[in-house]
Amino acid sequence: MNFTHSEDRRMLADTLGRHLDQQYTLDVRHRVSGSAQGWSRERWLAMAELGVIGALFDEQAGGYGGKGFDLAVVFEQLGRSLVVEPFLGTLMAGQALTKTGCRSDLVTQVMAGETVLAFASEEPQSRYDFASITTRAEQHDGIWMLSGCKSVVPQLEAADHVVLSARLGTGSVGLFLVESGKPGVTVNGYKMVDGGRGGDLLLERASATLLTDEALPLLEEITAAGIVALCWEAVGVMDVLKKSTLDYLRTRKQFGVPIAKFQALQHRIVNVVIEVEQARSAAINAAAALEAPRDARERAVSAAKYTIGRAGTLAAEESIQMHGGIGMSWDLPLSHYAKRALMIGHQLGDEDHHLSRFISLAATA
Amino acid sequence: MDLTFTPAEEAFRAEVREFLATNLPPALAEKVRHHQRLSKREHEQWHAILNSRGWLAVHWPVEYGGTGWTITQSYLFEDELSRAHAPGVVAFGPSMLGPVLIKYGSEAQKRHWLPRILDGSDWWCQGYSEPGAGSDLASLKTSAVREGDHYLVNGQKTWTTLGQHANMIFCLVRTSTEGRKQEGISFLLIDMKTPGIEVRPIILLDGVHEVNEIFFTNVKVPLENLVGTENKGWTYAKYLLTYERTGIAGVSRSIAALKDLRRMAQTQLRNGKPLAEDPLFAARMARVEIDLENMRTTNLRVLLASGSGAAPLEMGALLKIRGTEIRQEITRLARIALGPQAQPFFAPEGITAQYLNYRKLSIFGGSNEVQREIIGKSLLEMGP
Repeated sequence: MNFTHSEDRRMLADTLGRHLDQQYTLDVRHRVSGSAQGWSRERWLAMAELGVIGALFDEQAGGYGGKGFDLAVVFEQLGRSLVVEPFLGTLMAGQALTKTGCRSDLVTQVMAGETVLAFASEEPQSRYDFASITTRAEQHDGIWMLSGCKSVVPQLEAADHVVLSARLGTGSVGLFLVESGKPGVTVNGYKMVDGGRGGDLLLERASATLLTDEALPLLEEITAAGIVALCWEAVGVMDVLKKSTLDYLRTRKQFGVPIAKFQALQHRIVNVVIEVEQARSAAINAAAALEAPRDARERAVSAAKYTIGRAGTLAAEESIQMHGGIGMSWDLPLSHYAKRALMIGHQLGDEDHHLSRFISLAATA
Repeated sequence: MDLTFTPAEEAFRAEVREFLATNLPPALAEKVRHHQRLSKREHEQWHAILNSRGWLAVHWPVEYGGTGWTITQSYLFEDELSRAHAPGVVAFGPSMLGPVLIKYGSEAQKRHWLPRILDGSDWWCQGYSEPGAGSDLASLKTSAVREGDHYLVNGQKTWTTLGQHANMIFCLVRTSTEGRKQEGISFLLIDMKTPGIEVRPIILLDGVHEVNEIFFTNVKVPLENLVGTENKGWTYAKYLLTYERTGIAGVSRSIAALKDLRRMAQTQLRNGKPLAEDPLFAARMARVEIDLENMRTTNLRVLLASGSGAAPLEMGALLKIRGTEIRQEITRLARIALGPQAQPFFAPEGITAQYLNYRKLSIFGGSNEVQREIIGKSLLEMGP
């Protein structure tokens, strides 16, 4: 039993943290996030050079990480600096490629930062259920053609390739690779609430490469990795929310005293502190379970995403409340952390989705 | 990061489990499982069994008859006790007074009192709270005035848990009214048979005699029964708050209680189906289960970070708040699970009484609101 990260992971976290503190200040982040692209290739390449993308993949795939706690240290730092670059999509789509043993050439380019991937799991009707798939895959003259719609894909416009699920004529689910800009591939992009851009993907007989035609177990595994990543990003975000609010309570004066003197506010912030500690524990449990057998893994992952959903909402709402009017302003860094904490709850399943999933998993265990 | 126990730790766990399988009297386990109270004799019996193995004063150093265990071993020991529905150790002697004597007591005090805690010669109770000093403990008024070779003690203590069984009481008393109220408090050991002491029962809302009020009228206490230095008692009392926090979150007990709850939710029916399948009840159970699994990790994080056994005060407070909230929620759900059967005074397995009794968890040992103050003040750097 040991709750300290390994030396290598601590070094990676320190290196990335320092890099972000210097190169990815909030000004930079806002400029990048609000730009027409909604991300920065230059920032992306700089982080790839630090080895951040390599940390998301195991040695077999040419990386040097890929375990739960590798994702943990990377995404916690990304959360602390509100990084908008397409790490989540690259992680999930990249793991789809490496776990199916497909396109290792592409994976190499991905780790160098030269190629960007997106992972499209939601459909307009799916509401967090990755098995709810209406996108269809048909084979014509030995070529797979996809038709359908994938919605709210993070940084879709940035992606050179998209990994997505589609239902085969046999009813089984396949994972496919689609190249952006090819005939039949339409991208509708938009700004996201929490910065950066997302988009919907429309496919009309778009040619695709089949990665696997028995995709459900793999989809679940990739989603678990994505959730672990999001949970740790949320831990990073919530830490900032907590610290900024503590600072504000100490310095803001009303009625002639720092507002930290007021018991009502003290007890509110303590509730946030307790939830944030519990959320970190949940994220630890999920990261540790990522390599565990399926049932244990999914149980821990759903428990963590439920916890993070709850704690993220609480930390966001309470931080805004305790800042008062200024907490409502765009100019305050805090408001952007609050938005990210809230929107993480809308990615890969919210607290209700995962609570209900946790219950079903227990019932079938 | 590694969330597994080492083979040596697993072997230790197996050793404890084996010991309990052979030595825990089934009748005691049965009582614990059904939330029944143990008699004084049963408590003493269990202490003697643990002591025969050298496992009564888990947190004492070996030289005083403790185990010298690591934090993890103590945790595993408690985990196994809970799993086996073994009674807990009555904390007052082994877990509360013992550590204070070891750290602040004189050699003579240690030589005299520590062995008597281990062999059961003394049953200690704790004289802290007073009618006017609950959460604001430092406002206590029970006075001790030096007169020749003794103190003369006058005043009243209350909420004295199992005081009816005790032959000894350790008390916080006021020896000075100068300066800050924390600075005039001393730590005294008092023989309950001394003339002038009267113990009266307080019956709690579950109908049980668990606590007492104790009146002191001109009670003579020998000067050698002062622990440490006069007027420094507050420091010793606070030391107890930071010492030995492995059990404060009650994680192991909650895990055992949740298992019982789940079993009950399978047998109780709603609309002809097990209550466990009712979406609303299932959601409440799942919420507390997840909270508990998170707390298990939070608890271990705090314990291992503290290493020496002394957790930062605010982390101990955090464990106390959320740990007791979880324990209370489980007893609440057990009560709800019983439906109309929760009403008879002797509800099945003592569940309603247990729920009522556990309201105390968020009140004693510093109410959860006081714990929030501790965390708030510590994080907001506003001084004590």
